[in-house]
Amino acid sequence: MKTYNNKAWLLVLPVVLCVAFSAIVPLMTVVNYSVQDILGPDQKVFVGTEWFKLVMRDPELHEALGRQILFSAAVLAIEIPLGILLALALPAQGWRSSLALVLLAMPLLIPQNVVGTIWQIYGRGDIGLAGAALNGLGLDYNYTGDSMDAWLTVLVMDIWHWTPLIALLAFAGLRAIPEAYYQAARIDGASRLAVFRFIQLPKLRGVLLIGLLLRFMDSFMIYTEPFVLTGGGPGNATTFLSQYLTQKAVGQFDLGPAAAFSLIYFLIILLACFVFYSLLQNAGPTEKAEH
Amino acid sequence: MELFAWMAWTTPVAVFFISVAVLLLGMTVWQIKSPTVARRGFLPLRTTRGDRLFLGLLSAAYINLAWTGLTDLSQWFGAGIALLWLLVVMRWG
Repeated sequence: MKTYNNKAWLLVLPVVLCVAFSAIVPLMTVVNYSVQDILGPDQKVFVGTEWFKLVMRDPELHEALGRQILFSAAVLAIEIPLGILLALALPAQGWRSSLALVLLAMPLLIPQNVVGTIWQIYGRGDIGLAGAALNGLGLDYNYTGDSMDAWLTVLVMDIWHWTPLIALLAFAGLRAIPEAYYQAARIDGASRLAVFRFIQLPKLRGVLLIGLLLRFMDSFMIYTEPFVLTGGGPGNATTFLSQYLTQKAVGQFDLGPAAAFSLIYFLIILLACFVFYSLLQNAGPTEKAEH
Repeated sequence: MELFAWMAWTTPVAVFFISVAVLLLGMTVWQIKSPTVARRGFLPLRTTRGDRLFLGLLSAAYINLAWTGLTDLSQWFGAGIALLWLLVVMRWG
């Protein structure tokens, strides 16, 4: 009979308590708010599922959700392959490698509101380097007035900000592959593509799983950068879910609908994370994700 | 109770969270008494008992939401279907 050491439970207890206070208690509060009409600190009316009905049938929410899904899909479709390519292109060792890693990590060190401000100035048609250059090339670029320009600017900003995370994760994953695999591939006369397809990619599955989850959750909850850059505009073109939620909760103080919306938001993220996790766990018949 | 007043507790929500806590406690005791074995049912993946509970609860939440969003019938019907679905997933999932 295998015996287990239960001391680990004691060691995780502080984290459990932290999570309880920072996540579970607020979640319980949100559930309470979602079934009540909160008129004031001591004025509450139980309304059952009324707010859920309202939120589920809100066309503006459907539009924000559509934009959000499109944005997250675009972010993942670009950042993951680009991050892997960057990691493959980085020098493997020596001072060049260290320098490249430091330069690559720089966008990650910048706070999100500063990133928004940088791109706000960078994209301006009159004084911004990118905006003025694009206009100089004859393109009519104006992210404050044109929906497509605003979208592309938010997307490029996110790619600039977060692709380094995938690149760093992939780089760490690549460095962890033992040299023996490459030696065996050389003996077999494997092509560069075959090495990538049959050695590097399967071995990267673990870190890519983490990267995919992090990027999905982060992009799905994106708030600060588009808020600073476009304020959700022009019109509602870059109003993503979290900004719509903030407008409801803090702008209009519709706490009940905002709470119902938060719970739906939470369920969507939970489902998506589970799907990603399961897909990557079961993707390969022989290679399991390494944690 | 003043300490928790800011959480705006209502009886149905309290019952819901107590049920979840009891469920988790029960699952833990069940796991200790008789450890789960991962198996494959009608779901397209190998699941343990805990996996099936998670999937069952998550899909039950979606069933309830769909019921709220798509019909004007009483929510109790949606809740009933969701509970039935949870039991099906736990038994045959």
